[in-house]
Amino acid sequence: MKTYLPIIVVVALLAAVPLFTTSNVVLNFLVTALLIALAGQGWNLLGGYGGQYSFGHAAFFGTAAYATAILQVRYGVNAWLGLFIGTAAGALVGAAIGALTFRSGLRGSYFSLVTLAFAEVLRIVASVAPITGAGVGMLIPLDLHAQAFQFQSRVPFYFIALALVALSLLVVRAIENSRFGAYLAAVRENEDAASALGVDAFSVKLCAITISAAITATAGCFYAQYFLFIDAGIAYGPWISIDALLAPIVGGAGTVFGPLLGALAIKTLGETTKLVAADAPGLDLVIYGLLLVGVIGLAPRGIAGLLRTISRLRPSSGTTLEDSHG
Amino acid sequence: MLSPVILLPAILNGLMTGAIYALVALGLTLIYGVLHIINFAHGALLTAAMFAAFFAYTLLGLDPYLAVFLLAPLFFVAGYALQRFVIGPAAHGEDRNFLLVTLGLAIVIENALLYFFRADTRTINLPYAFNVVEFGPAFIAVPRIVALGAVIALALALWAIMQWTDTGKAIRAVAKEKLGAELCGINVAHVFAITFGLGTACVAVAACLLIPTYYVNPTAGDAFVLIAFTIVVLGGMGSVAGALVGGLCVGVIESLSSVFLGESLGQIGIFALFIVMLLVRPSGLFGTRA
Repeated sequence: MKTYLPIIVVVALLAAVPLFTTSNVVLNFLVTALLIALAGQGWNLLGGYGGQYSFGHAAFFGTAAYATAILQVRYGVNAWLGLFIGTAAGALVGAAIGALTFRSGLRGSYFSLVTLAFAEVLRIVASVAPITGAGVGMLIPLDLHAQAFQFQSRVPFYFIALALVALSLLVVRAIENSRFGAYLAAVRENEDAASALGVDAFSVKLCAITISAAITATAGCFYAQYFLFIDAGIAYGPWISIDALLAPIVGGAGTVFGPLLGALAIKTLGETTKLVAADAPGLDLVIYGLLLVGVIGLAPRGIAGLLRTISRLRPSSGTTLEDSHG
Repeated sequence: MLSPVILLPAILNGLMTGAIYALVALGLTLIYGVLHIINFAHGALLTAAMFAAFFAYTLLGLDPYLAVFLLAPLFFVAGYALQRFVIGPAAHGEDRNFLLVTLGLAIVIENALLYFFRADTRTINLPYAFNVVEFGPAFIAVPRIVALGAVIALALALWAIMQWTDTGKAIRAVAKEKLGAELCGINVAHVFAITFGLGTACVAVAACLLIPTYYVNPTAGDAFVLIAFTIVVLGGMGSVAGALVGGLCVGVIESLSSVFLGESLGQIGIFALFIVMLLVRPSGLFGTRA
């Protein structure tokens, strides 16, 4: 129970935010940050804990977003049901890609590149296939009812996103504490040694990519409901693959709170640079990129690693937020 | 559909496009082979080089084929400095940080170009850009033939450097066994930077060969990078010969799948090949098992 306490505290603090402000700007900012945190948590399980760096989490995000959108628009399926089916579809794609790539023993950069290629193939297919609306994209018709997973106000969206993030935090924490989590870390640290000790590396990685894909897939479903529009570039575009890996790495890969910390940090960074650069196109991202390089230069183990270092420098400050592995 | 009147031009044009792909891939494979990192800034550097070639022509009146001799050394120095003073120190020798730093650099370069030059697409008009040479039923534009010749010459030169010069030997030593090379007195940081510089110089050459027939805008280089990754995997990561052969193959495949599947699906062929190749023979055509 003790290991779950920080999660409960953090989620409770975030849940209190709408008590202080219902400003659309603030909530919109937080919802998109939570969305990235959710997608990033999926990546974190496979990349941070399992050491398998995927460059193609868009494949899971996009499949889920398209699944829920297509089911609603073309088959009239309820959006909440779409959330579950979309998540399952994303997990299925994860399992399929995992089975193919891990079966052929792809590791390291090879795994990264093949996931990137899968996402690109899906993007190209989605941009021409009639069922996805091809180049036009898909618009989910406006139907502002709770049973259609659409809301007038941002507050319910915020709570749903927070609930999904909370769930992902609990799942990842439970995995971290489990035997499976130990196997996963063993595979990350040294796959050959883990196999020699009797860990079935293939099954462990396959299981990890499936859960990882499912978590990122829920973010895809949520995106579709929140923005009510997707096209191939949004659903399968590199932006989500990049954000999903950027958040946990900036926050601290292989730590439960890494993706959330990272997502808040990169979103804050992005919004601040937008304010500073005003309407000069590109300037905000120049600053963003420079800061990114600077942050990595200064905090190579992410924000969580930085916090740990600071707390070690001041031993009196008590336990850190996050202390999963050294 | 299968008549040689359609196929031959498609194959020849594919070879010429493939030559440029090969050149971009050459830089990437070199960097990968030695530093073992995937350089995400490669596309942005290509775009930067294309802008440089564009302005060398419009402002200085320098023909792109002459600008090569100015831009290649310039980009070599830039690449060297980037690796030595930015990427290396910021990455702390960790793969994931290399990835993030090069990603960050790509964002910086691309958006700096966007900021200074806006999103406009630019082209240059060279008097000889539309001259063609006849090969049976195929008409091939002169700049593309020049590109093919230049790429083959450059690949040979690079191979010779790697094979016979001391620097080349040092690069190969570092690629094989970093620690061992360091113990033998090789300055690894310097070799890394030299390699990154060479990779960046390849991109500058590619840009000069591209600009007579291609356009430039702040994201023009991106299109080449994913393809270059495919080539690197197809040819075997770190293999110069593999990049050359892989590049030509991919050019032909793209050209043929455009003929058979239509323009928008043309790239599917490449990625399908890429995935199949990775699953079946991840070490590539010329690579040794990683």
